Amino acid sequence: MNGILVFAEQRDGQLKSYALEAISEGRRLADASGSNLSVCLIGSGVDSLTTHVAAYGADTIYTADDSGLETYSPGGYAKLLTDTVELTSAGIILLSSSAMGRELGALLAAKIGASLLSDIIEATWDSDHLVVKRPVYAGKAFLKLAVKSASVVATLRPNVFNAEEKSGAGSEQSLAVALDDSDKKVLVTDTALKSSSRPELTEASVIVSGGRGMGGPENYNIIETLADTFGAAVGASRAAVDAGWRPHADQVGQTGKTVSPNLYIACGISGAIQHLAGMSSSKCIVAINSDPEAPIFKIANYGIVADLFDVVPALNDAAKELLT
Amino acid sequence: MKIVVCVKQVPDTEAKIVIGGDGLSIDSADVKYVINPYDEYAVEEALRLKEAAGEGEVIVLSLGGEEAQPAMRTAMAMGADSGILLKVENAALADGLSIAKALADEIKTLDVDIILAGKMAIDGYGHQVATMLGELLGMPVLPTAKSLEIADGKATIIRDIEGGKETVQANTPCVVTAEKGLNDPRYPALKGIMQAKRKPLEVKDISLSDAGVEILEMSYPPKKPEGRIVGEGPEAAAELIKLLRDEAQVI
Repeated sequence: MNGILVFAEQRDGQLKSYALEAISEGRRLADASGSNLSVCLIGSGVDSLTTHVAAYGADTIYTADDSGLETYSPGGYAKLLTDTVELTSAGIILLSSSAMGRELGALLAAKIGASLLSDIIEATWDSDHLVVKRPVYAGKAFLKLAVKSASVVATLRPNVFNAEEKSGAGSEQSLAVALDDSDKKVLVTDTALKSSSRPELTEASVIVSGGRGMGGPENYNIIETLADTFGAAVGASRAAVDAGWRPHADQVGQTGKTVSPNLYIACGISGAIQHLAGMSSSKCIVAINSDPEAPIFKIANYGIVADLFDVVPALNDAAKELLT
Repeated sequence: MKIVVCVKQVPDTEAKIVIGGDGLSIDSADVKYVINPYDEYAVEEALRLKEAAGEGEVIVLSLGGEEAQPAMRTAMAMGADSGILLKVENAALADGLSIAKALADEIKTLDVDIILAGKMAIDGYGHQVATMLGELLGMPVLPTAKSLEIADGKATIIRDIEGGKETVQANTPCVVTAEKGLNDPRYPALKGIMQAKRKPLEVKDISLSDAGVEILEMSYPPKKPEGRIVGEGPEAAAELIKLLRDEAQVI
């Protein structure tokens, strides 16, 4: 095996939680296949992140640290990642299923002529090749795939793989940053990060989600209050998004985001199959709905059959009392 | 202005998925198929670009079996001018790079100004073909656009990223993929549906290059243990919180 390379995503000098998950999974695969784990860091000031990366088991850390890379550049980052693949002769390249990871994964795969397995939720080393599991039809089914070729690119679904600290050699190598115009065909001209204190849906360990039963956009304050008590993200069903109550970025389901938090609290969501597809892999599901026949109760671990406008505030009070 | 829109025929979002006898793919017998919802945004955007330009041609490109034709006819009923079907068998979950290569080979023969596609297909969930296609053609790619403006030979999109938004720009010709919110697709009018039947649809038999991965099996998601109803009123809230902390240990 020619080694494993993980692209560790960061923004604004902060490593993403899913980057640590990818490094940890890379470490486990490197151990199972008896190969080395390299990690690639690209950005401005990323040299300061190497200690953090080493603590998750990286053998070698390749850094492209340049002020010109402060703003994400799809072509530039893809070029530098491709350079790193060549330097390391890595056979398995792991990224995260994020906006950046999906884009770079596809660019890289096309550049090196490798298959791309997106959104994997399981990876195992089977004597001499990689076997992965990934959801298709929005999680209504899973595919198990064997990698036959010498190299493959995969993106890991956030919140699925464990991030665990493990000592690695963490030796550092600087990458030469030489980009030409052909690497700058796509320009990110503005990045606007929300100042929300709430976590991103796909990264959140708790999600409180509201559906048609919310009755209107003005009622989401009770969902937001409960979310803030848990430090949770706020989600919505397609019905709520199509009604214009919540932005599409909040939509969970087959035509929205697929999430797998530790706890998913569905409030006033009936549980249409396309919604279940996006959240059924959550570790624990709570359903609050006044209709005892709602399909959401079939996949919920815990349910309360009652009006959400009574239950959600009560849940918030109880959570505050118990958690603080 | 020549615009190519890539579309795919996929099971409806409400479809129940049943694994077929081969254990590797779904049983399509009772499944209702529709045009991939994200591709519908791409078709709508192509039509709007053509309308805004006051001239042009929208070509629908698909790769799949004969069953891909209804999605193409839907796009034509919306207003696309013609279609090209790259015909292969068992394309539903084929390797993304193989598909991108085949599409690129076809598009190379057309002198296009812009290529539009959905950000992903809701069957395979690959999120990759259009981005690979751009890279293979040497064209810039602007994925997951929630808005698109084309002016002075430049395409500018806004897309969601984790925790915010990005504005991204490239010269045309380029590839743009559509996210929900890009537009509100029109419904085909009866007249459009009738006209679509007579629009040219060329079918070309092709074969895909070998994939580097092999499907071993398709399976259902693991069954969840039976859940329980904690209560039927707000008084159950305290009990639920205790269960989440002590039993499920998720808070």
